[in-house]
Amino acid sequence: MSFLTLEKLSKIYGDFAAARDIDLSVAKGEFVSLLGPSGCGKTTTLQMIAGLVEPTTGTITLDGRDITRQTPNKRGLGIVFQSYALFPHMTVAQNVAFGLEMRKVAKAERDERVATMLGLVHLGGFAERYPRQLSGGQRQRVAIARALVIQPPVLLLDEPLSNLDAKLREEMQFELRRIQQRVGTTTIMVTHDQAEALSISDRVVVMEQGRMTQVDAPYRLYENPATPFISSFVGKMNRLDGAWRKGAMEIAGIALPAETSGLSEGQAIALSIRPEKIALKPAGQGRLDGTIANRFFLGGSWLFTVETAAGAILVSAPNDGEEPAREGTKVALDWALASQRIEPLAQGAAA
Amino acid sequence: MSVGRSAATPFWLVGPGGLLFLGLIVLPLVLTVILSFHVYDHTTGIKNEFTLAHYAAVFSDDYYLGIFWRTLRLAALTTLICAVIGAPEAYILSRMRDPWRSVFLLVIIGPLLVSVVVRAFGWSMLLGSTGLVNQTLQALGFDSVRLLYTETAIVIALVHVMLPFMVIPVWTALQKLDPMVEAAAWSLGASHFTALRRVVLPQVSLGMLSGSLIVFGLSASAFAIPGLLGGRRLKMAATLVYDEYMHELNWPLGATIAIIVLAANLVIMLAYNRVIETRARKALG
Ligand SMILES: Nc1ncnc2c1ncn2[C@@H]1O[C@H](COP(=O)(O)OP(=O)(O)OP(=O)(O)O)[C@@H](O)[C@H]1O
Ligand SMILES: [Mg+2]
Repeated sequence: MSFLTLEKLSKIYGDFAAARDIDLSVAKGEFVSLLGPSGCGKTTTLQMIAGLVEPTTGTITLDGRDITRQTPNKRGLGIVFQSYALFPHMTVAQNVAFGLEMRKVAKAERDERVATMLGLVHLGGFAERYPRQLSGGQRQRVAIARALVIQPPVLLLDEPLSNLDAKLREEMQFELRRIQQRVGTTTIMVTHDQAEALSISDRVVVMEQGRMTQVDAPYRLYENPATPFISSFVGKMNRLDGAWRKGAMEIAGIALPAETSGLSEGQAIALSIRPEKIALKPAGQGRLDGTIANRFFLGGSWLFTVETAAGAILVSAPNDGEEPAREGTKVALDWALASQRIEPLAQGAAA
Repeated sequence: MSVGRSAATPFWLVGPGGLLFLGLIVLPLVLTVILSFHVYDHTTGIKNEFTLAHYAAVFSDDYYLGIFWRTLRLAALTTLICAVIGAPEAYILSRMRDPWRSVFLLVIIGPLLVSVVVRAFGWSMLLGSTGLVNQTLQALGFDSVRLLYTETAIVIALVHVMLPFMVIPVWTALQKLDPMVEAAAWSLGASHFTALRRVVLPQVSLGMLSGSLIVFGLSASAFAIPGLLGGRRLKMAATLVYDEYMHELNWPLGATIAIIVLAANLVIMLAYNRVIETRARKALG
């Protein structure tokens, strides 16, 4: 069932663990994203799968075969490198054709496949250029084309869209997804752009300091983040620290009702809620009163910062075409109890 | 910033270097060229008359042409061997881990700190008829071979002296290479050897070409090594010039040979440089 399996995969440099105990199984045709802050070990993990970094411990299984010690040229995986790693002395067409040449594909078919692939990444007119004559985004697309053209069973993408403008990036995301669905390529993509990870993947792996902290479908990851770190890294999140008193959460003297049980009186707790789950109401008609301190227009929505007695709270409201309340307006914040999450804080370790 | 100062400044800055260049290179060269056209008489010495006889003599005498041909051949052979040994050496060096890399870099560059004359003497002791090489051969039951005062000895010693000039440019070129580019070739199915040949080699060929230029130029004009390891009979261009000046005392002829060697070297290196430049335009930006 599982096509690519990582078991207890670790990479230790000296006494520093770049990746530790990575356990992941990816089904055939699945699109998995590795998401995490810079330096958390995403590239290291990807390169262990590619065979370019030797794992300190652990095994990698591909389609039932143990490939942990196999050389990279025998694995046949398509890789887009973070630094592109284009061949500087070859033209764009030669770069893309290299993998086909290694596979002894006849010249006529090779030329045709290269041309098709270059068309796909919108570089049809650039075939005879050298990489140094291209812009960053164009180079990135050559790297994508070079990896895709060999039609690998597994595609490893290390931040493949980081250098593209918003429109092209969306188009390429769509293209990657389409190819992956049509050909059934198992894809693992590294990214630190959470929106990209959420929009394109079947599952998202969140990494933090060399470890996997959560593996889940994008929707579940967003709604049920396993740790406060994930909740703040994936999307925006409001966090209010308070205490549990008389069956409600008390923050700065204000009691907020909660449907939680099993908490002891006086225990320190944190309430988290997404900005888009909060509605702005006229003053006095919500759970919490405050004043609008800032508002940002984001096109599809507005983002407000509301100063309340419990601290600054982010509120996002869809743009309905009307101009919303201005800075300084007194408002009330309201939300459904189901959309808030209450977690006990460990004593002393306010994570 | 005044206009007057900015106009004069470049000349002041170039001045010292320019004077040095004029005094130590251009002037002696011009004098040598003039000297090569003077008449020489065995009894009275250099006369103040113009002649082309020396050039005619050199180009019509098999003795001189043979020495030029040997110089060219040995320099080319040395360059080839240096490239064949030096390029893999630089590659291995660049793939070493740090303590070893520094150690071996020092081993390669270290010989540059020892005078060429001392190294040539070292080789003459090793290669002599009772030297270490022949002792080893005899101990293993082989006949002893004549090495000293042969072209082989000259080439061996030249390769030893010139190798750093090949390793260093290639090493520099390798340093600039993104190791992931080689990895990309592997991931696309290329074997280690194919990746080296198709991806690494083309990118360091520029370093190899410039290394070859240095090695060839220095080998063709080498003096101490052919002088000490080639003996009295086996002459190269530089030792020939020395003999004409110091033994025959025929300065104009010596000057003629020197100018011819210079011109030949210049033509070969310029042609070579053209190759490098077209290569460079293709390979790197
Ligand atoms: N060869 C190495 N020696 C020592 N430490 C290394 C080596 N390679 C990577 N590291 C360390 O391992 C950690 C993980 O690196 P990695 O490249 O996997 O990060 P990343 O998640 O891809 O980050 P980014 O998003 O910035 O690309 C980093 O802290 C890095 O400094
Ligand atoms: Mg990375």
